[in-house]
Parts: sequence; structure tokens; C-alpha cells
Amino acid sequence: MSTHSISKGCFVFKPPSKKRRVRQETASNSTERKNDSEDTELRFASCQSLWAQIKLETEKIQENLNKQLLDNLVSFLRRSHSEFQEKTTEWSCQMKSREIPTAALVLGVNVTDHDMTFKSLSEVLQDDITPYVALLEAKDCPGIKNLMQKLMGQLMNCCIDIDEDSFEDDSHVQVSQNKIRCSMTSLINWYKSVMKKTDSETTRKKRNSSSRHWQSPPVVVIFKDMESFTTKVLQDFIVISSHHIHELPLALIFGIATSPMIIHSLLPHSVSSLLCIELFQSLSCKEHLSTIIDKLLLTAWCPFKLGEKVLKVLINIFLYHDFSVQNFIKGFQLCIVEHFYSQPLSVLCCELVDAKKRVNTLSHNQCENIRRLPSFRRYVESQVSENQIALLTSDSFLKEVTQKLLEDLQLYHENYVSVLRCLHVFTSSLPKYPLGKQIRELHCACLENQVWETEEYESSLQLARMLNKSDLVTMLQQCVEIFVSSSGKEFDKTVEKLKEFLTQFQELEAEAFEEDVSVSSEKELQKKTDLYHLQKTLLELKESRRSKKLTKFEMLRFEVVDYIDSLVRNYLVPADHKTLYEVVYFNTASVLRGHLNAAPRTALHTALNNPYCYLKNQALKSDGGSISNKAPDICIAYKLHLECGRLINLVDWLECPF
Amino acid sequence: MSQPEGKVSGALEVKFVPDEAVLSHIADDAGIKVRKDKAQLAVSVKRFAKKLENISDDEAQEILAEENYVAALGTCAQDPVGNGSGVSGGEVYSFQTPKCSSKMAELASELAQTPGQSVAADHFKCPEKTAKTPQSSKRSGSNKVQQRSKKKEFLSTTPYRLRKRLAAPDSCLESESEYSASCSEEDDEEDQKEVSTVLSGQKTPAKATAAATSPPRNALAKKIKEEKMSSLVEEYFEAHSSSKVLTSNRTLQKLQTRRLNQKTLHDLLKKAPLAYAAEMKKLSQQHESLFSKWMLQLHLGFNIILYGLGSKRDLLEKFRTSVLQDSAHLVVNGYFPSITVRSILNSITEEVLDHIGSFRSPLGQLEFIHKRFKEDASLELYVLIHNLDSQMLRGERSQQILAQLSSLPGVYLIASIDHINAPLMWDQAKLRLYNWLWYETTTFNPYVEETSYENSLLGQQSGSLALSSLTHVLRSLTLNARGIFRLLARYQLENKDNTSYPGLSFQDFYQQCREAFLVNSDLTLRAQLTEFRDHKLIRTKRGADGVEYLFIPVDDSTLTDFLEKEDEDV
Repeated sequence: MSTHSISKGCFVFKPPSKKRRVRQETASNSTERKNDSEDTELRFASCQSLWAQIKLETEKIQENLNKQLLDNLVSFLRRSHSEFQEKTTEWSCQMKSREIPTAALVLGVNVTDHDMTFKSLSEVLQDDITPYVALLEAKDCPGIKNLMQKLMGQLMNCCIDIDEDSFEDDSHVQVSQNKIRCSMTSLINWYKSVMKKTDSETTRKKRNSSSRHWQSPPVVVIFKDMESFTTKVLQDFIVISSHHIHELPLALIFGIATSPMIIHSLLPHSVSSLLCIELFQSLSCKEHLSTIIDKLLLTAWCPFKLGEKVLKVLINIFLYHDFSVQNFIKGFQLCIVEHFYSQPLSVLCCELVDAKKRVNTLSHNQCENIRRLPSFRRYVESQVSENQIALLTSDSFLKEVTQKLLEDLQLYHENYVSVLRCLHVFTSSLPKYPLGKQIRELHCACLENQVWETEEYESSLQLARMLNKSDLVTMLQQCVEIFVSSSGKEFDKTVEKLKEFLTQFQELEAEAFEEDVSVSSEKELQKKTDLYHLQKTLLELKESRRSKKLTKFEMLRFEVVDYIDSLVRNYLVPADHKTLYEVVYFNTASVLRGHLNAAPRTALHTALNNPYCYLKNQALKSDGGSISNKAPDICIAYKLHLECGRLINLVDWLECPF
Repeated sequence: MSQPEGKVSGALEVKFVPDEAVLSHIADDAGIKVRKDKAQLAVSVKRFAKKLENISDDEAQEILAEENYVAALGTCAQDPVGNGSGVSGGEVYSFQTPKCSSKMAELASELAQTPGQSVAADHFKCPEKTAKTPQSSKRSGSNKVQQRSKKKEFLSTTPYRLRKRLAAPDSCLESESEYSASCSEEDDEEDQKEVSTVLSGQKTPAKATAAATSPPRNALAKKIKEEKMSSLVEEYFEAHSSSKVLTSNRTLQKLQTRRLNQKTLHDLLKKAPLAYAAEMKKLSQQHESLFSKWMLQLHLGFNIILYGLGSKRDLLEKFRTSVLQDSAHLVVNGYFPSITVRSILNSITEEVLDHIGSFRSPLGQLEFIHKRFKEDASLELYVLIHNLDSQMLRGERSQQILAQLSSLPGVYLIASIDHINAPLMWDQAKLRLYNWLWYETTTFNPYVEETSYENSLLGQQSGSLALSSLTHVLRSLTLNARGIFRLLARYQLENKDNTSYPGLSFQDFYQQCREAFLVNSDLTLRAQLTEFRDHKLIRTKRGADGVEYLFIPVDDSTLTDFLEKEDEDV
């Protein structure tokens, strides 16, 4: 069937027979159909399970991060209408000021992430405080009328949902929303009727089911993006509802992306004085990202790893484009998909136990794939010749070696993380941060090349050699903690060594005290002196300074730094030096950037300016940016347009001999 | 400077002179020659000097800026990106780089001097031509500068410059175009060749004019050191502030060649062979190998967007026919002139979900779709949108709805964009909903289907259609009615030069009709006008004073044709 018509723009095609398959199946089929390399199904499955795991993990992290904020909000809302709960008669006089309790929630500029926060917020509120939560967005509310309509729609719907749980036959509440005039009075009437009903219900049921909510829960209205609401709408709403605050316990939550000052610049004093604002600050997105990186990338449990360039691309997109953690995670997902799609050996990218099993079932083709890996080749070359032959010819031997290598890789990762953290403890407190403030920068540096060969590392070691004692001691203690908590078994010795350093420092402290006393007594002796002697002593002093003997503390400090250095050299080898790293590392950054941070403008420009990039025809090959007259017409037209920019006389164009 | 070179042009050796070298040459020499040429100092001396400096300075800064940008982005320079997307920003986002302007001019003049395109291949066999290359490049350099300086008549473009050269021996050209008019229309290319051969014959006078303009310019470079950065900005706005854009006043209408009608044009274009077909095929094969990957990624919750030069319609069609045969899918031609989000949603609800009934608002409709997809997890729909950035779909609201639609778990969207600024349609929130994966699919295919709803400038405008329908409708009317219409048409033609002509007011019209004995009461006239309006022959609009003005929404040439025809008939 053709999709070209002069009277229609949409064409629907339905499969002739209604074959409805499960989505998963089609997805895996689609990978299987075209991809001729091995184990596609298994790869797809492991990809899916890995992603599910990571998704769960990120959600958990997000939840933990927001927990504090949500708890604060909940307690605020509880407090806000406690008077209302008590139903005291003086209640109205207490609330004389007619202030609406308002939570200003500063969320930061990463607007796309807010949805998650609001979702969890409204869930928590509905669980703990009140069933009446309305989420409003600026684009739905161009006027006060729309706002009320939306608000009432959401409130009444949610109330109906709850009613349906308890009474099935109760239909009189379900007044269609169109029939009610959307006004505050009708809202209040609704609230009263609902309250009466729940009252009767609770008395009947003796408060067993809805005991979590109070008797008259507040109505919470959340303005998701406060900045984009029109001022008039907000003002009207606030003024109107402040008049009815006695009858309707309303609480507002403003989602703010910029700064809390915006409330005062949006609302005049007369309106903002009707609000009783309390400020809540959510975690900044950068901290959020750090936590994600910390918990996701710098752990041993996740078998999939990001290469240095890929990580840099993702971080750059985050820092330079959107500050969105969600997008970062999306990028991470894409990395996983790409890796499992393009690397046939990614089938081994799973838990070590599974991976070992899978190694045993590898087909001959896959073994060949392993042999083709550059890192494996390097490994083979470093072996003795008998081993080389065995590795290249015998599949079973190869599998054995592969298992061992995978184990090594796993071990490397475990050690890597601990040592990296340890190094970070040192570098993050140095002045000017030669190796970066964040652990992700250090991670990138370590992945990129041998970190101990870089200038930055050199300078940070220099700086570390000048640390004072108290800093050094605290750092060492932190390192001990890191190593103790790490899962690697090799670190027992390291811990011991570090502890030894610590005790030495303590001893030093006692010694230093004594030394001080002796030096001062010595000086006391040379009190009388003439010019000649003074000169002599000064010269001596100078000489001695040149070949100055180090104090014990300095020696110890050197020792500590050298020890850390040796740890780094041992454990922070860049990943691409490890054999079989291709199995778990995804490193094609260009693909990722092309898909996430595309430059359509550049693509067009290149295509028009230099068609040879795409059309590999020798005739189009040109040097120095000029365009040959053989180029496609559109390229020549573009060149002309570039030159004059504005109007081109068509007649001249057609007559000029192109 | 080009003067002496021009004289000895025959003896000059062949060498390529890059643009920058020319510039620096001008700048250096100027210092020495200044004293001789002092008398010739023009008023615009300073301006020119500044300009020269600015140009070279600008380039250096541009490079610097590029480096900064690249460094900031970190990864840009590091990895080799396949399709040359490593092109730095400065190159893409510059206004009119001096580089390309002169190069194009150079090329143009080169071609102008080359008899026919085929000769360009044996470039070096033609000593006369190559000997002139350095000279022509210099001339173009000077032209460029003057073009931007005060002389407004140079404001136009290469074609204009070319034309200026063409225009010198005008008589020749006139005869040429007459010749092409008399010639059969099919061999356009031959005509062009002829023109260019004539041109190559004329290059001597052209050279002379160019040489004549150059001497004062040598002196202009004197004050090079008084360069100010701000002057470039001033220049820019000066050049762009003049509302009147000068192009040559030759128009297609004046062209003697009769314009082809739509159909013959189509046929002719169809016959023209597609250049580089083999390479383009290779490109599209490359893209087609991605189909399975697309499917996988669509199923994993991403949506796919295609960009790059060339029509992506065929690619998407191929995707549809090869992969989507067994599943429900919706194809949306975004370039269709009257496509709306409404119609897209309607076809989903009515044809995919088999729902009968209408919705009050698109949002409600979207909610319904959302609900249905939520209820039935096995429901899935592929949506293919050609040109998501088309005129009708690029609005904020429609994009919002499409974004929400695409974020439904069972809906897989794959779309193409072509506009260079298309990504500006989306803010962060929409991007999040769309969840795009970008794919560069440069195809170089002509946009045949996409532009099929537009009229070609080369063909006759839809005038023939309008004319035939005019006569057709008019023929079915009474004699008086035709008279009324003719009256209005004549009046409109009389006022065609008056740009503020609002139309003929009803009262005046009535008066005139009465005088011509065409109507006897204003009721009959009104009845008649209603009939015209129903056939869309006339349109009315209310002026500022509340008076009703009538006019015929047909362009003047068609109207003239119509009146001529009518007069013949009568």
C-alpha cells in the first residue's frame, strides 16, 4: 500500500491476522534475526536483567536521597493543620491571619528530574497524610478557571477512587465534573460532604482502615513548576483560597527551579503575606550524580563498566547540557544496550559465577572471538611458546585460561575501587586539586592512562609530601576504614601497614616533645659569641641546611606517601592494560555521542560543504574546502547561498553556467 | 596590482594562489606603493583598510574560539568520528566567511571563462585560461571588498557579478536568449553551453572593467593599523540595515523562454539522471543495516530520530515494508499541507483502537489512548512520522502532544527531521518525553515527495488551473454576472500598481454596476456576489472604516489572461 496521497496525511496499517505476541519476544527476535554472531538470546537476556537491576538500584538511590526531604515535608504538613484536627473552637481565632501553610521546595534547574521527585512525594503524601493531593502544571493552567477545573478534577477523582474501595453502591458522589461549577464554594461543599461521609464511615468502621489519615486531612496542592505559572493565576488562587482557609484546610507546595526569591518577585507583598512559607532544599543534582557514580560505577557488583571516553561524554553532557541525572542514566542504559548488541563476548559480562559457567559452553566461534581480542593477543604474546600454541589451538585450554583471566579481572576491579577511594582521600584535600575534586575525575584520569606518569599525579605527590601531621593521620585513618570495609582479601597487609604508620606517628608525637626540650638546652650553651664566631656558625648552619638531615616526621611522611604511591602503581593500572577488558568495558564514545548529543547542523554542513565525506566518489574529492563543479546541485546552491546570504536572483543563477 | 599582471598574462607561470596569500600580498604591497597612488585615495580608504585587517584577524580569532570550545567539550577532538562530525563549531556557525565567498567567486569566474563544463577536466591543457587564474582570484578579492563597502550596487552576489560581466556586451546576450527561446525547450543544457561559449568570447572586455576598478584599491590599504574590533560589528549591521536588498531586476517573468507547465517539467526532471546513484545506494544500504538495531532500541523504550541531508522518506518506507509488516503501524506524512495532530490522534483512536466517537480536546483523546494502552499491555503501535518538523507539526502544543504520545510504553516512534533548527522545537521536558536516539542518515536523495505539494518556480504557477476554473465557472453564469465580474477584474487591474489598494468598496461597485446597466438593486448585486463568493471567485474584507471591500484573489497575470480571453469570446 502506498503512503502517498494528495488528500490524506495519515495511513494506518494493521497486520492482516491479529498476531499479538508478547513484546519481549519480538524484541529478542529482532536481535536474533539479523545478528549472525553468537549467543544473541543469552546476551539479550543478560542485558535485560542487568538493566533491570541497575534501574532498581538507581531508584533506590533516588529514594534514599529524597528521604530526608520527604520526611521534612511530611512533618511540616502534619504540623500545618494540626489546629484543624483538634477542632477546637478557638481554632478560628488562632488562624486569624488567614495564612496558608506553604512549602517552597527548591529543586534546582534539572527540570526533567523533578517528575520523579513529585511522583514519590505525592505517593508519600497519599500514604501518610491525606488522600487529597493535586498536582498542577503551568501548561495546564493558563487561567484561574482552568486551574480550578484541573484541581477539582484531580481531587474528586481521587476521592472517588477511594470511595469505590469502601462502598460499591455509592454513586451519588460521582457527580460529573462538568456539571459542577468550578468554584471554591463547590470545592468546599465537596470537602464537607466527603468529611461527613468519612466521619460516618469511620464511626461505623471504628477507624480501622483509614486510620493512617486523620479525620479531616488537609488538601495539598502541588505547583510543579512555579516559575512558569502566570502571576495573575497564582495571585488569584492564593487570595481566593486564603478567604476560605477556615473551611478548607489547604496546603500548598511550590516546586521552584531557581531560587526561593522568585516567590517574592512573582507575588506582590499583599499576596505573599497570605502565605506562611517554609523553605525546603532538595539535594543538588551534582551530589545526586556523585552518589549515582559512586554506587553504580565504583562498585564491584556491577559487571558492566564504562570506559574513560564514554564516561567523559556522559559527564560532559550532564555538566554542559542539562544537569539531568535521568538523562545520565538513560545514557548509561544506552551504553549497556550498545555493548551487549555490538560485542559478541559481552555474554560473559555477568556475575563471575555465571560467567564461568558460560565460558564452558562457549562455541568455537566465540573462542575465535576471544582470540581476536587485542588484549588477549597481547597476553598470548607474553606467554611461552608452548602456551601460545595451546591457547591458539585448543579451545578447552583457552576456556580454562579465560576463566582464570575473568577471575583476575574481577579481583582487579575490587582492588581498584578501594585503592581509588584511598587515593581520592589524599588528593581531594590538596590545594588546587591537581587530580580533581571529585572522585569521578580521578576515576577518569586513572582509566585514561597510567596515572602515575602524569604531571598532575607528580605534583599532587609533591603536595602530599608537605601535608601536616594531623591531616595525614586523619587521612590514614580514613584509608584504613576504606580498606577494612572493602571486600578484597589482599588488603590485610595493607591495613596492617597503615596501622603501623599510625602508631609510628603517635610515637613520634611523644618523641618530638622530648627533642624540643633537648634542642633548646643546646642553644642555651652558645650564648657568648663574637663576630667571627657568628659568621662561622652561620656558614655551618647554611651547610647543614643544604645536606639537612630529615626529621623523623618527615621521613615517616615520605614513607607514607611512597607507600601510597606503590599501592597506586600496583592497583590502579588502567583497565585497557588488563586482558579481556573488552568483555566488560564499553568504550565507543563516538557512537554514544552521535546518539545522545547529535549535531544535525554539523551533519548538514558537512554534507553540503564536503559531499565526499558521504559520497565516496573520486570526482568529489577536493582540497581546501572549495567545491568542485561536479558536486551535487544542492551543494553548489548552498555554496552560493553562503556567499550572498540573502537574495539570489533566480534568473542570474539559472543563466550562470553551472 | 592586477594591472601589470594582466599585461603579461601570457607569460605567467601557472600556480595556485590561495586567498590568504592574495590578501597579504595586497596588504604588503600597499605600503610600498602608497606614495605613487596617493592622489587616488578614495573616500572609503579607512573603511577598506579596517576590513582587510578584520578579515585576517577574524579568522585567527575564530580558530582560537574553536579550540576553546573543543577543549571545553573535552571529547570532541579526541575520538575519530566517522562521518566528519568533528567539524568545529566556528566553521558551521560563521556568517559569511571571507574564505568561501572569494572561492566561490573564483570558481564562478573560472567557469565563466571556461567554454563549457567538460573542459574543466583538462584544466592544464588550456594555457590561456590557467594563466588568468591568479588574476581572476585577485579580482574576486577586490570585488568582495567593494561589495561590502559603501558601494551599494555591489551588495548583491556572485550571480550579480557574473551578470555584470555578462551585461557588458548586452546585445550578444539578448540574441542568445532569443535563440534559446526559439529553440525547443528540451535542450536547456545545450543553451547553457552556448551562453557560456559566448561568455568566454567576451572575457576580454570583462577583464578590462575589472582592471579599471582595481588601481584605487591598491592605495586603500594604507591605514591598516587603525583597526578596531567594533568596526566589524558596525559593518555587519550597516550592511544588513538597508532594508532594500539589491538584486538585479531581471525576473523570471521577463525571461523570453516560455515557462513549462507542471507536467512537462516533471517529465523532464524525471528524465534527468540522478548523479552519484551508486554512492547513494551504498549510503542507504549502510542505513538499512541498522534496521534490526532500531527495532531493538525502540522496544527498549527509546524513540528514534533521523537527521541529515537528503530525503529520508524512502529509508523509512523501506523500514516499514521490511520490518513492520506484521505489526500495526501508522505512517504520518508531516509534509502534508493540512496534517494536524488531531488527524493523527483520530486515526489512532478510530482505526487502530476501533473507537467510535469524538473527543472534546486532543488532551482527552490522548488520555483515552493512554488508558487503552495501559489496559492492554500487548497492544503496540509503531508511528512513523516523515518530517516531524514540518510547518503544521512544529507548534508547541502539537509537539507536546506528540511527545506525550511517544512516551507511552506501547508506542514506538521513529521520525525524521530536516530543518536545520529543528532541535529548537524541544525543551528539556519534551526531550525527556521523546527520549530520542539520534541517527545520522544522510542520503542525498532529492526531496521529491516532500516538495510535491509546493509549486515549482520553473513551471507555470498554478495559474493554468485558476484560469481554467475561472472561465469554467464564469461560463455557467448569466451574461450580467459575467459583466459584473469583468468590471471588478478591470478595476483591480487598473489599480494593480497601487500597493495600498484595498479592493473595490461595495458602494462604488454598486454605483458602477448600475451605470453599466448590470444590476438594478443592491439586493441583486449582493445575491450575485454571494454566488461568486461561494465559488471562491471573490473575497471580501472589511477596511478600517468598516466598509466592505471586494477583490479577486488571483494574481494579475492570470487576470489579464482571463480578460483577454473573455474579450476574444465576446
